[in-house]
Amino acid sequence: MSDNRFTDHLGRPLVAVTGMGVITSLGQGLSDNWSALTSGTSGIHKITRFPTDGLSTRISGTVDFIAVPANNSVERSFAFARETTKEALAQAGLSGDFDGPLFLAAPPVEPEWHDRFALADRSPPSKAEGDAYERFLTAMRERPDPVFLEAVQFGSISERLADMFGTRGLPVTLSTACASGATAIQLGVEAIRQGRTDRALVAATDGSVSVEALVRFSLLSALSTQNDPPEKASKPFSKDRDGFVIAEGAATLVLESVESALARGATVLGIIKGLGEKADHFHRTRSSPDGGPAIATIRAALEDAGMDESGIGYINAHGTSTPENDKMEYGSMLAVFGDRMKNIPASSNKSMIGHTLTAAGAVEAVFSIQTMLTGTLPPTINYTNPDPTIELDVVPNVKRDGQPKAVLSNSFGFGGQNASLVMTLEPV
Amino acid sequence: MKSDNDVVITGIGIVTCQGVGKEAHVALLSAAAVAKPAIEAERFAPYPVHPLPEIDWSAQIVKRDQRQMENWQRLGVFAAGLALDDAGLKEDAEACASMDMIVAAGGGERDIKVDSLIVDEALKRNDRDILLNEKLTTELRPTLFLAQLSNLMAGNISIVHKVTGSSRTFMGEEAAGISAVETAYHRIKAGQSSHSLVGGAFIAERADILLLVEGIRAHATGEWQPLWSRSNDNGGGMITGSVGAFLVLESRTRAEARGAHIYAVIDAVEGDRGNRDEGKLEKRLSRLSATASGLNGEDTVVFSGASGLVDLATREKTVLEKEFAGAAIRGFGGVTGHALEAQFPLGLALAALSLDGQSLVPAFDETNEKPMAKPADHAVVTTVGYTRGEGVAVLSKNA
Repeated sequence: MSDNRFTDHLGRPLVAVTGMGVITSLGQGLSDNWSALTSGTSGIHKITRFPTDGLSTRISGTVDFIAVPANNSVERSFAFARETTKEALAQAGLSGDFDGPLFLAAPPVEPEWHDRFALADRSPPSKAEGDAYERFLTAMRERPDPVFLEAVQFGSISERLADMFGTRGLPVTLSTACASGATAIQLGVEAIRQGRTDRALVAATDGSVSVEALVRFSLLSALSTQNDPPEKASKPFSKDRDGFVIAEGAATLVLESVESALARGATVLGIIKGLGEKADHFHRTRSSPDGGPAIATIRAALEDAGMDESGIGYINAHGTSTPENDKMEYGSMLAVFGDRMKNIPASSNKSMIGHTLTAAGAVEAVFSIQTMLTGTLPPTINYTNPDPTIELDVVPNVKRDGQPKAVLSNSFGFGGQNASLVMTLEPV
Repeated sequence: MKSDNDVVITGIGIVTCQGVGKEAHVALLSAAAVAKPAIEAERFAPYPVHPLPEIDWSAQIVKRDQRQMENWQRLGVFAAGLALDDAGLKEDAEACASMDMIVAAGGGERDIKVDSLIVDEALKRNDRDILLNEKLTTELRPTLFLAQLSNLMAGNISIVHKVTGSSRTFMGEEAAGISAVETAYHRIKAGQSSHSLVGGAFIAERADILLLVEGIRAHATGEWQPLWSRSNDNGGGMITGSVGAFLVLESRTRAEARGAHIYAVIDAVEGDRGNRDEGKLEKRLSRLSATASGLNGEDTVVFSGASGLVDLATREKTVLEKEFAGAAIRGFGGVTGHALEAQFPLGLALAALSLDGQSLVPAFDETNEKPMAKPADHAVVTTVGYTRGEGVAVLSKNA
């Protein structure tokens, strides 16, 4: 550890990304995703998973092209993460047991409605109003259903990933709402910095779009209702933005200490240089109006990376397309970067892939690294009516060449969750 | 051997059917004998559950905030407040603003009335998907979603107690609680954190939760029985309990600098998982137990978080009796109920209180647990998840 090529400004092990995998509504795999993303293609479409009659939002970025044995959130989330992990391990050149810890960002799960209906069908008749669960319990006592349980256990996705890829120890399954993917990366980096492991497997997945999930977000007025055409609905930083588009996806990153990566001859794709977080106590769904916690989060990530504001060449914005987030995020970035802000390209992948919720932080970290590797800045599409109060270079509508050496990626979520990552191409 | 980055417990917030707060649990741990714990036998019959004690929510949560939550989140926020109070940090705005937080969470309450309404209506109709859209858009309360979201227990702790250094929510039944303690421990040990709030809550008085565990017929039915005395003749053996358990963990340096009371030192904590067939569970538990190697059985008390599932409880106890020969074993879930995500933090809370109080912990199951001859200097805490995940922590009395 004494070799300073392998340590950061605080003497901690530098952490490399050596493998990446991604699935979004744009497709499976980094290559297909990147070509769609840089060509300004939207993955948002009309929902076909369930009827949308009577719903105010009828569009989404669901992932419907990965086969699952049962139509539920656990099966989808697992399948997405399995695929992105295979891709990431292949790129990292790792096979056999992974032999490092697993950090998984996964959505909270509940029984699917079709399973409740099936249970009701085999339950005794109602005796009193509101007694459905008593009847369900009677039916379950008569005929237990382990599959039903497994589909609602929060630990069942990481269990299967751990078995399949041979990770070590007790996997962590986490949720920090829309910051979950970034938190998973943070946990992986921390474990390597602690010296507990040379490598960590980080996955973030979300296959939880169901009618109830959609209605819940709708009731909070969080979703765009600009259903037609679907691909135009997500318009971060635009004046007429009216909410996010709910979406699915997954990403996996193989994290390794630079020392161990180089020792085994692996290619270093990028460095996770700094991470910051700060919780907000203002409100359950709204951020502090002054952006204090978001500002503190970005500053903490820069400080952790040992960098000042001038080092950042591109920002992968959280940019959800909700009126409130985009305004708050802009204000926070402006507070940190000052006059320079309008000259730092800051685009939102969510204009094309929607908000992949639990997966977003990791999906966007993968795209951030790919931005540096390819020297191409993905655009913010649907940017035809700029919000005049947000003076940002959003890389409007069309990709652009750029060679950022360091990228900031922001994630903010319900429950006062804020996390930012600073990634660089080179260790220094 | 003391070290600056020792991880010490300086705050305990605990609510179980035994009562609210530290005192009720010190009383339990130092009683000459334990009484039959409180049981709610009627509401969810045939399932007995350990109910919440009477709680004055307003002691920790103002009315306006109480209304934003259901009992699961309320209980977590309440227990977190107790832990902060106990650590003397509740009014220390600076300490709370820089405090890290890891919450072990499941999900919040379903609206049983709305769910019932929908399934009853669905029994009469063929277009169930359409019905679902109609009912969900008109019957769901917007705020209920926030009361259900896993990470909103932490979110509410930030709002109510201003704990904002960081906020992470771990999920995955018992393993969530194990990982929460394990992660906070390693962060403090490595200097990545100086003080952390760690814990969780579980509400057993929920038909929607009972339904999940009944997927494998895990819950006991009928009369309450002591933990190790349960049989498969009455359901699966698990009796759930409503529990809130939070700990304030600090580096020794920080705790001593502010003159905080140190309940106990955490020497080690580790979790694992895997196939449990053919002795693999025993092998893993033995390996995890090795983190406590060198402890003298007579100086050690084992707080087992066994869920009560008959076969698993027997297998765990056999390993513990072998690995910690001579030590007193206390299956605490027998007197509090099994608390899933909160089980492991609860075990640490009880272990820390018993070490600090130098308690002769009474047997929780008199026919299967032997009396303690003298107070313990060390405590081992275990949790074996009812479907997966295992964890062991080792605590010592502060020297």
